[in-house]
Amino acid sequence: MRFFLRRAAFYLFTLWAAITINFFLPRMMKGDPITAYLARNQGTVSPEAIESLKILFGLNTERSLWQQYIDYWGLLLSGDLGRSLSKGLAPVSEVIADALPWTLGLVGIATLISFFVGTSVGTYIGWKRGSKAEFLVPVTTFLSTVPYFWLGLIMIAVFSTTLGWFPASHAYDKTVQPGFNWEFISNVIYHGTLPALTIVITSLGGWILGMRNMMITVLDEDYITVAQAKGLSPRNVVVHYAARNAVLPQLSSFALSLGFIVGGTLIMEMIFSYPGLGLRLFEATLAKDYPLMQGIFLVITLSVLVANIIADMAYAALDPRTRQEEAL
Amino acid sequence: MSAATGTIEAVTPAPRSKRFSESFSILRNGKSVVGLSILGFFTLLAIIGPWIAPYDPSAIDLEARNSPPSPTHWLGTTHMGQDILSQIIIGARDVMFVGFVAGIIGTALAVLVGVTSGYIKGGGSEALSALANVFLVIPGLPLIIIITSNFDDPNMMLIATVLAITGWAWGARVLRAQTMSLRNRDFVQAARANGEPLWRIIGVEMLPNLMAVIASSFVGTVTAAILTQTTLAFVGVTPISQWNWGTILFWAQSQNAFPDRWWWYLPAGLCIALVGMGLALVNFGIDEYVNPRLRSAGKRARALRKKGFTQADATAVVAAGTIAPIRADEAADALDDDAPRVETGA
Amino acid sequence: MTTLEFSHVSRSYKVRGAGTLKALDDVSFTLVSGKTIALVGQSGSGKSTIAKILTQLESASSGSILLDGKPIPRRGRALRAYRQSVRMVFQDPYASLNPYHSIRHHLERPLRLHRVVPKREIDSEVARLLERVKLDPALADRSPHELSGGQRQRVAIARALASRPSLLIADEPVSMLDVSIRLGVLNLLAELQRESNLGVLYITHDLATARHFSDEIMVLNRGVVVERGPADRVILEPEHEYTRRLRDASPNPDTLFGASTGTRREEAGE
Repeated sequence: MRFFLRRAAFYLFTLWAAITINFFLPRMMKGDPITAYLARNQGTVSPEAIESLKILFGLNTERSLWQQYIDYWGLLLSGDLGRSLSKGLAPVSEVIADALPWTLGLVGIATLISFFVGTSVGTYIGWKRGSKAEFLVPVTTFLSTVPYFWLGLIMIAVFSTTLGWFPASHAYDKTVQPGFNWEFISNVIYHGTLPALTIVITSLGGWILGMRNMMITVLDEDYITVAQAKGLSPRNVVVHYAARNAVLPQLSSFALSLGFIVGGTLIMEMIFSYPGLGLRLFEATLAKDYPLMQGIFLVITLSVLVANIIADMAYAALDPRTRQEEAL
Repeated sequence: MSAATGTIEAVTPAPRSKRFSESFSILRNGKSVVGLSILGFFTLLAIIGPWIAPYDPSAIDLEARNSPPSPTHWLGTTHMGQDILSQIIIGARDVMFVGFVAGIIGTALAVLVGVTSGYIKGGGSEALSALANVFLVIPGLPLIIIITSNFDDPNMMLIATVLAITGWAWGARVLRAQTMSLRNRDFVQAARANGEPLWRIIGVEMLPNLMAVIASSFVGTVTAAILTQTTLAFVGVTPISQWNWGTILFWAQSQNAFPDRWWWYLPAGLCIALVGMGLALVNFGIDEYVNPRLRSAGKRARALRKKGFTQADATAVVAAGTIAPIRADEAADALDDDAPRVETGA
Repeated sequence: MTTLEFSHVSRSYKVRGAGTLKALDDVSFTLVSGKTIALVGQSGSGKSTIAKILTQLESASSGSILLDGKPIPRRGRALRAYRQSVRMVFQDPYASLNPYHSIRHHLERPLRLHRVVPKREIDSEVARLLERVKLDPALADRSPHELSGGQRQRVAIARALASRPSLLIADEPVSMLDVSIRLGVLNLLAELQRESNLGVLYITHDLATARHFSDEIMVLNRGVVVERGPADRVILEPEHEYTRRLRDASPNPDTLFGASTGTRREEAGE
């Protein structure tokens, strides 16, 4: 129980830190695009929008910094992330809500595929040491050093432009109606294949290598020999004894790498014009749309935090040792 | 028992050079050698680049636009007639510089925070750990994009610093775990019981034992820094006035070089991949040095298979007498070289 | 003549989710130059805790420790002097030496820290220490992994003696060595003790060697001293039940075929 409390305390602290960093970000930046924007669009901006923008960006300098901080928290807790300057003053929360599912879908599916395939292949390679499958290790490692945006562009060049097998951009054809019908879903899958494939190819190497190394280390342990001596089938030993122990560090590095995975997906979206958060962030950066930039950053941090929490709980469920002393 | 009471053993002193090369045995590993050669090549390129580049990378030559590789332009030209080979050569400098500086700063931070929080106990340790974890959870790329987009003309030092600040946390976490396990080892306790000052305990006694982890963390940070930096350049966040491999790709993409003008986009991407591969190989070398099992895992299994263990299995359990016994020299080859030579007698 | 009084010392640990663990409960004894006290007990009895408290790697929760009548110093120059005077030999020869440093380094450090000899004599002092523990001085430039377990333990003893201490804590010095060489190392310790008139706390789980090498035996069970007395008396006529069980658990030729219980002889099938 203490264990969970401590983890919860840590996550709350991280959340607070992220929000506070977010609070200070625009205040550290040069220039004041908000005032300029407001000046240009005098009549069209509602008073509430002006007020929330001011709070977000510290323009209400008549109030002390601490007071601004409080106002900021109040704004966030009411769900108001400001207005997007480049999207016609639509609420940032709306813009993000539209884009988030696409990013989650792409990241989620690609990462899960990569993790499971990579871990399984790594298990096999670690089990059958010295087998022909070992060639996969250097091959996938090389693929993981290739910059993912470059690979994405090449995939487009080969599979889309040249061979015409897959579309090069967007999440679905404009002609298709969004909805829970097969036509739409298959269209989404069709469009998502290249970006997801690129992510999987580049991240596969890491999982394979990590799992293989852990398997080799674990298989040397005495309890594996005991399991074999007891007469358990090889499959049983590999899955329930070896892999079960070897996968634990993989899980924790999975959680930690989520931050990096998100970064990679953002670039994918920019290249494939996939309508997720990455694309919106890119557009916001170009347009100097600070409210949107801030909002996206916050949402991404929160998503990574939530994913970390889930991974942590999974790890604790699988490894009884973590429920005891964490740090001595 | 003969050595029990009176006799002093006569032992031939080990030559000093042997111990020295043992500590660098990491470098004799085949993978490390290849990796270091690749890195050495690109570092050399970075240093002597301006002298050997055939053209000024920004020089426009409207006569020779969009031309494929030829004797005058080994890697062809861009849409403005700029020589791509020169761009690659000059671009190496930015990439290697930022990569390694970010690696140095990031690793220094990781060592400082990680080792300290691993050694001290209680609240301070937890606080430092929380600090590292916060940086780990906050997504790096969006933060970097937002920060660098704020500056009009960030120089390489600044970019390297920002990359280091967003990338140190991983290494700190690993170092903390290693230090914590090291702290409880007897020789550290013995140093404390000796009365060694804290800085010596950490610096002289513990640090050498952490070197492998630190080296690995350094390599990882450099890899991430290079990838991130080229990505930033590609996206256009860092100024396109400075040449690096990402910038080349930026122009290639904006001028629709894909898929036809392969000479424009292939070399830059391949160079990034090559440097990354070199770093990965060095990392493998370090891994195998730290965990000797990985080194000979494949060799051992193949040697055993030749002897008749037909099941390529997790642990081969075979009835006694069904296989020819392994000769001592074969066994020595197949096993780890690292087992300590134990001399009999006390 | 140095005296260390360990008086009514207790040590408790907080365990997550399980309250407090009392590792030591009101333990008292006195170490004196020239005498060896054996501390006997099974794993988890608190033996190592006592060693750690004596070397100030940990502190007591309550009770007092007096060196020559004065409370042991906790910091500064006085602590340094304490550390020179009270030294420890660790249990695990494979872990107590830093794999990255030469034997010379291990022996030089206490010499330098406690300024035992002037700088120009350090090398010869290192050689002298190695000779004292019956090792070839040429081993000084080797690394720990090039030495056998027995050699390493001798180095550990040399390291402990380097500062010319008055009291030595030997925490199971031979339990991780091959049985055949244990006696050699223990005899060395006994000889060194006689030469330097050391007060030794010999921590062990082995009753036989405890009896052989010490003047007094203390039996520790779960942090409590259940019996103490002259070595022979405690072994041959144990008063406490736990001591009896300890003694019976290890085959001791003297009691199997010797003077005490007739029943044992029958069980042995004679």
